[in-house]
Amino acid sequence: MSTPKTMFEKVWAAHEVVPETPDTPAVIFIDLHLTHEVTSPQAFALLGKHGLKVRRPDLTFATMDHATPTRTEQVFGGAPITIDSAAKQIRQLEENCAAYGVELLGLQDARRGIVHIIGPEFGLTQPGHTIVCGDSHTSTHGAFGALAFGIGTTEVGHVFATQCLLQKKAKTFEIDVRGRLSAGVTPKDLILAIIGKVGVSGGTGHVFEYRGEAIRAMSMEQRMTVCNMSIEAGARAGMIAPDETTFAYLEGKPRAPKGAAWTAALERWKLLPTDAGAKFDRSISIDAAALEPMITYGTNPGMVVPISGHIPDRKGDPVFDAAMKYMGLNAGEPIHNAPVNVVFVGSCTNGRLSDLRATAKILAGHKVAKGVHMLIVPGSQEVKRQAEAEGLDKIFAAAGAEWRESGCSMCLGMNGDTVPKGEYAVSTSNRNFEGRQGVGARTLLASPETAAASAIRGRVTDPREFING
Amino acid sequence: MEPIKTFRSRTVVMPSTNIDTDQIIPGRFLTTTTKEGLGQQLFADWRYDASGAPKPDFILNKPEAQGCRILVAGRNIGCGSSREHAPWALCDYGFQAVVSTEIADIFRNNSLKNGLLPIVIDEATHQWLLANPGAEIEIDLEAQQVRLPNGQSASFTIESFARYCLLNGVDELGFLLSKEADIARYEARRPA
Ligand code: SF4
Repeated sequence: MSTPKTMFEKVWAAHEVVPETPDTPAVIFIDLHLTHEVTSPQAFALLGKHGLKVRRPDLTFATMDHATPTRTEQVFGGAPITIDSAAKQIRQLEENCAAYGVELLGLQDARRGIVHIIGPEFGLTQPGHTIVCGDSHTSTHGAFGALAFGIGTTEVGHVFATQCLLQKKAKTFEIDVRGRLSAGVTPKDLILAIIGKVGVSGGTGHVFEYRGEAIRAMSMEQRMTVCNMSIEAGARAGMIAPDETTFAYLEGKPRAPKGAAWTAALERWKLLPTDAGAKFDRSISIDAAALEPMITYGTNPGMVVPISGHIPDRKGDPVFDAAMKYMGLNAGEPIHNAPVNVVFVGSCTNGRLSDLRATAKILAGHKVAKGVHMLIVPGSQEVKRQAEAEGLDKIFAAAGAEWRESGCSMCLGMNGDTVPKGEYAVSTSNRNFEGRQGVGARTLLASPETAAASAIRGRVTDPREFING
Repeated sequence: MEPIKTFRSRTVVMPSTNIDTDQIIPGRFLTTTTKEGLGQQLFADWRYDASGAPKPDFILNKPEAQGCRILVAGRNIGCGSSREHAPWALCDYGFQAVVSTEIADIFRNNSLKNGLLPIVIDEATHQWLLANPGAEIEIDLEAQQVRLPNGQSASFTIESFARYCLLNGVDELGFLLSKEADIARYEARRPA
């Protein structure tokens, strides 16, 4: 018997073109390269400079999402894109993709969306694959048992030119989630709790593998929410072993294998899960049943508390003091009832259909509080269509929330969808850094359920008040 | 890329921990399609007020910071977004090294590709640097040593291949391209 291996080690070994030596990193083959308008222009320029081609356009797939408008009249109605440089970036992606033969979902494509939402929707994201994108939340795709991580633009250029990357093997980190999440407690709450526990740099140099009963019980969309935020704990990637839930999700997706290829793929995929007895470099375990809804109070995703809890008192710690000053919140105060001006539901963390359903379920029959602006942005045009087919847009409209075309939108505010200076936003996105959602914006990260409940009350609210009664 | 061996500079100290790449270069400046000029927007939200005027108490706006090529940062710099615009902005501004006790993975990788040295040092040396802003220090990439003006030195590690590329001013793409035969062989045996 060979030594038991982790899933990460299996995927790594299957992609070694040239193994690591004492003097050189390994050359790793990339099965899927996703690209978008913001981190690709300088990489295409690198190809131009060296007279190179995209080696495997068939394994390369482009969309536009970060800088794109979300107002229907700007996406479909020919109204100008307000930010000139964003418009230029979009045009440049179109030109580059045409010149290098890369398939692109253009602004008006009915299948366009956030890069980490459409990969799975197309069935491009598959177990055992290596997947990269010039975007740190590429970790999302690890939910399928892929090794998926974000890269910089120079590396985007490397993958364009060679379909390979130079990599040093990461260490492995097991996160065992025992028990089940209770009602009103979501995968977003779980990952926020994990980040709070591990710390924002605790995963540096590691690849997470999420395991345990709570993970197995999750749908693919929920697993994606968990893997998405691996990077917020410093990990390059987060993985979940593929199982029947994974296979059922993928079967029949447009780019998933078909017929005999499907059967062969299934056989390969079933060998991927970590072998019994395999060793991880680090392990932690967390009790799912003990968790409650989580919300951040500070300026990094690790500054997080249970919604019934208090902002800790760490006065004297410069990071904490700076965060309190920026957030305009006070040490020791309860987070419940903290002020809310803006509510954002969307992003690659929580912009999928199940997130919108959860939001609608709480909003139904209620109104967004006076003075609160609620923006709901589907993760893709496909999500938008499905949500509308179920009438979710009607519920949002009746509640007084705004419903837009898909894109990254207020997650990073590049397209002009920003939180006004000094205002508090409960957001389902993944980063609460200073200025992330707009200059001076104060972000509180939470689940769609918490976001919706907080929108109704106009204050930070425990969603279980709506779910249980 | 220019070869990098040894250089000396005074330090700029930014003691905050977890300086993320959104602070280094805010998202609204990412609509650029080149690498040039981003130094202007480095730390924009800390550096300029709402009218665009420099905030006098931000370190980069102080006279003593001018010409410094080494940034000493609090623990864990570079977390968050993978934007390579962060090292581009730091390089364009004139920095050649970032020193901390922890540096986030993607930022570290991106820095190496742009000739910005990501230097992880021990706690004691870090404390000394934080306590002595503006100290003139020497960074020796070949020996992987930081030398302090008090005569002490600290070692750091940059993996041998990246170090080779930096010392010789060659980029990694050339190495990857030289593996063409291996890549073609791999592609031939790879499942469809
Ligand atoms: S939704 Fe936010 S985190 Fe996700 S890819 Fe877009 S900008 Fe990045």
